[in-house]
Amino acid sequence: MSAEHLHAGEPAHMINDPSGTGSPWRLPSQRKAGMICLIVTESALFTIFVVAYLFYMGRSLNGPYPGEVLEFPWLGSIALFSSSATIFLAEIMLRRVNRFGFLLWWGLTIALGAYFIYFTGTEWMHLIYGKNLTISTNVFGSTFYALVGLHLSHVFIGLFLLSTVWLLTLLGKIPQDHHEHIEMVSWYWHFVDAIWLVVVTVVYFISVRY
Amino acid sequence: MRRITDIFQPLSRPAVMISEAAYVVLIICAGIFVVVTGLLVFIVIKFRRPARDDGREPPQIYGSTNIELAWTVIPILITVVLVLVTSRTIGEIQDMKMPENALKVRVVGHQWWWEIHYPDLGIVTANEVHIPVSNRDPAKATPTHVVLQSADVIHSFWVPQLAGKTDVVPNKTNDTWLDPYEPGVYFGNCAEYCGTQHANMLLRVIVHTPEGFEKWVASQKTPPAAPQTAQEIKGHQLFYGYSCMNCHTVDGSVAEGVFGPNLTKLTTRQTIGAGVAELNDKTLWAWVDDPQKLKVGCLMPDMQLLDPEVDAIVAYLKTLK
Amino acid sequence: MSDTIVDENFKAPEPERVGEERGSFTRIAQELVFTVDHKKLGLMYIGSGLLFFVVAGLMATMMRMQLAFPNGKLLEPDVFNRLFTMHGTAMVFLVGMPIIFGFANYLIPLMIGTRDMAFPRLNAFGFWVFFFSGLLLYFSYLAGPGLYAAGSAPDVGWFAYSPLTAKAFSRGHSTDYWTLSLLMGGIGSIATAINIIVTTLCLRCKGMTLGRLPLFVWMFLVVAFLVIIAMPPLSACQIMLILDRYLDAKFFDTQAGGSAVLWQHFFWIFGHPEVYILMLPGFAVASEVIPVFSRKPIFGYPIMVAATLMIAFISLSVWAHHMFTVGMTSLGNTFFAISTMIIAIPTGIKIFNWLGTMYGGKIRFDLPMIFCIGFLFQFLIAGLTGVMLSVAPFDWQLSDSYFVVAHFHYVLIGGLLYTIFAGIYYWYPKAFGRMPSKKLGHWHFWLFTIGFHLTFGPQHIAGILGMPRRIFTYEEGRGWEVWNLLSSIGVLIQIPGILCFVINLIYSYFKGKKSGDDPWDAWTLEWSTTSPPPEYNFANLPEVKSRRPLWDLKHPEDPDWKFE
Repeated sequence: MSAEHLHAGEPAHMINDPSGTGSPWRLPSQRKAGMICLIVTESALFTIFVVAYLFYMGRSLNGPYPGEVLEFPWLGSIALFSSSATIFLAEIMLRRVNRFGFLLWWGLTIALGAYFIYFTGTEWMHLIYGKNLTISTNVFGSTFYALVGLHLSHVFIGLFLLSTVWLLTLLGKIPQDHHEHIEMVSWYWHFVDAIWLVVVTVVYFISVRY
Repeated sequence: MRRITDIFQPLSRPAVMISEAAYVVLIICAGIFVVVTGLLVFIVIKFRRPARDDGREPPQIYGSTNIELAWTVIPILITVVLVLVTSRTIGEIQDMKMPENALKVRVVGHQWWWEIHYPDLGIVTANEVHIPVSNRDPAKATPTHVVLQSADVIHSFWVPQLAGKTDVVPNKTNDTWLDPYEPGVYFGNCAEYCGTQHANMLLRVIVHTPEGFEKWVASQKTPPAAPQTAQEIKGHQLFYGYSCMNCHTVDGSVAEGVFGPNLTKLTTRQTIGAGVAELNDKTLWAWVDDPQKLKVGCLMPDMQLLDPEVDAIVAYLKTLK
Repeated sequence: MSDTIVDENFKAPEPERVGEERGSFTRIAQELVFTVDHKKLGLMYIGSGLLFFVVAGLMATMMRMQLAFPNGKLLEPDVFNRLFTMHGTAMVFLVGMPIIFGFANYLIPLMIGTRDMAFPRLNAFGFWVFFFSGLLLYFSYLAGPGLYAAGSAPDVGWFAYSPLTAKAFSRGHSTDYWTLSLLMGGIGSIATAINIIVTTLCLRCKGMTLGRLPLFVWMFLVVAFLVIIAMPPLSACQIMLILDRYLDAKFFDTQAGGSAVLWQHFFWIFGHPEVYILMLPGFAVASEVIPVFSRKPIFGYPIMVAATLMIAFISLSVWAHHMFTVGMTSLGNTFFAISTMIIAIPTGIKIFNWLGTMYGGKIRFDLPMIFCIGFLFQFLIAGLTGVMLSVAPFDWQLSDSYFVVAHFHYVLIGGLLYTIFAGIYYWYPKAFGRMPSKKLGHWHFWLFTIGFHLTFGPQHIAGILGMPRRIFTYEEGRGWEVWNLLSSIGVLIQIPGILCFVINLIYSYFKGKKSGDDPWDAWTLEWSTTSPPPEYNFANLPEVKSRRPLWDLKHPEDPDWKFE
């Protein structure tokens, strides 16, 4: 093993001179990288709750069971999924520097999110007082409220962020170069939506067979 | 007294299989250790900076594909050997088919003692598992099937000379098997932390000759004689007068509690308090007087008995044989 | 994706020598509380980690004194159980994690040639969340019945298997302290990890491509990814436990059909990657120190990176090797045994690469290097006992015995702590501008090494002789007496070793020889700035052409970039 030998093994044309290329040194956006990391870590968190829900399917020792009490949340789901579309439209308005259009679509997103929370609230009222399903009733109750509740808490956080952006825009406090900040809020909101797709599938499609 | 719990002195088929696999692994690891440590020592001595250094840097070497390949392939080959040894031993031990007529023992872990049932023999005892000896010849073996359950938290059943440990998990039934070669007393512990007195959750497996086991079964099935002396009768009354019977069972009486050990044949056991002390008059007296002194935190409360009451209850308990 | 362009027109003020004017106590305190500077936060992480290390080490000493002789009467069982729970929890979450984050904070911006972490305020947030989670955990000793009964410190073991943590078996609030503290600490860790990833990806100086990152940074990048993937499972099971304890949920309630094994799965999905989260930073330090003191570049840089990625990837699929005794199917046991053995391959490659780096070099035995050589030897032993434990049948005997205790102390002390010592000695001159005392350092090394092997070597044998872990006492006649006594004596030798270390840190701060900017003649960017570095790190942001920019600078006749 000699230095000469190993050096000779390396191709000489690999010599690299980054400043010689003349192109500026480009790096990914901090905000985007940060938001992607946040979404990855949140996904890991949800994964565990989803796994717990799936693991405990059909293991409750006493009722009520999912098939008896769960009804598919059509209205809530439609509201939440369509809010992904409205926030997308709001972003287009933002890029066109259409402040009114932005406030309109962004506001609609907030309204849809708020409706989702209201919808889930009434669903839970019905489950708790009508069907006697609480978090301590059985393992289904525990995993159901934990999983749906975890998602709900994310809707709350998202709604808080959306409202902050909306209010600040209304007051004209958001500078032009903060578009990316707003885009990140919408990423988060899309993520919350995507999680609902998983939750709805697991809870309202799969587990109602038990 | 010498109490062997050495995993390399196995005296039961599963433990022997484990130690055989373990020796293979130990030899491989020792080989790796010698080679790599030798290399490290050689390099450290050979390539230390000379006392009179010319100050020049050594040749700068960035890597070598061939060498990298070599020291990737060798560990892979070693791993293959280990995988083969491991999967074979796992299969042999875990997927062992118990013979139909194998003796079945159900062991239930409690904080901090062992409840032991012989469902086919109708015997309930505590902290000491009695089983018959088996045979080194697999064809003549008479293994014991141990079913493990827990009443509260997770424990682990471990008698190193007889078998590897198996956890005792609430709401999950595990099983293991013992196949001892020689009669004798084997020692073990709870091996999963289970609370305050985890350290004093000891376990004994007493392996009898086939005849000895028959005799033990017969003796366990004989109900204890009724109390005779005045002292014993007083103790008997106190036992039922105080709340002892809420937690303890004495077969054939109204004492049917299940939170504490079954006391029907109490004085046939070697230890008290799941091995916290050898069972004799002194320790029995101390235990009845205040179990919290012998085993702090155990779930049996100090009953605040007067000394004469303790005397009487001990006298009664000694009739349980 | 829009991109940011590094500001090239930054005008730096004249570098000031920090440390010459030290200011009043209140001034320093104020600065520590309000700072968002990555270097100060890094030192605060390491400092508080060392503080918790001393406390948790003293706890271990008390346990060893109890176990020195059979039927020890020094400690009540509950006191002992609280000690080992707090010792384990503190060493992992309040010592290991903060110290590695401290290294990351201090060094990554310097090594990649930038001025701070990507999110400085998030960085300060992460530190303070960690710090208060530590205080919360230790506050448990004062709560409840107070010091007399050892308060209501948690007594469920550091992995807190359910259902021992259920309200029925853990009354009072001891478990709540444990679970809330870990939940809180987890948030801080995730915040810091995100910061590390974003800093590494988005703030590299000109020319610092991923292929030129110092291995240290590479490994921390991987560690940070592991943190953001593995921490949430821990947080999730803490949330479930809190729901169980406060809202009477049934996640781990075995009476209501809940599973006791589920907790173990969730915990170890976090717990095993956690081992690598703690170990990879050790590898990171070794990968910087060994080349510099062997005077050669790291052998097989690409392979080292690949092995790191492989370790991280496989470490996510080996968790159930902590659960071989729990009654999994033979198929499950075989799968996890095999995946565990496979992880030994990239780990072995790393050891060989370090040896390959030393081979043909001119090894200088300065303090960082002797600790790294100690690390190589001890980590080899730890790896081999790990291989033994991966053999599931062997594990049925060894698991939860003192053999396991010995194994992971060889990993975490023999492996991680030795590299932490190496790292502290290596970068001490950078952080404080003064050299650590070589004499005290040698005393530290030899006392601690002898004490360490004497403490944990015999524990392997005690485990083989059937001694279970976490017992506050043991009966005579098991043949464990001599091994336990040796082990306890070992602790008494470790303590003066640690004392030498602490004295060295303090003494050298005031009296150490002035180090200059680059005392070790090293090659990475942090040595190109002053010692200690100014607040803004670099007057002009550097530009690199190879993995060893300072080598290029010092050897213009034979620069690295010709060979990359």
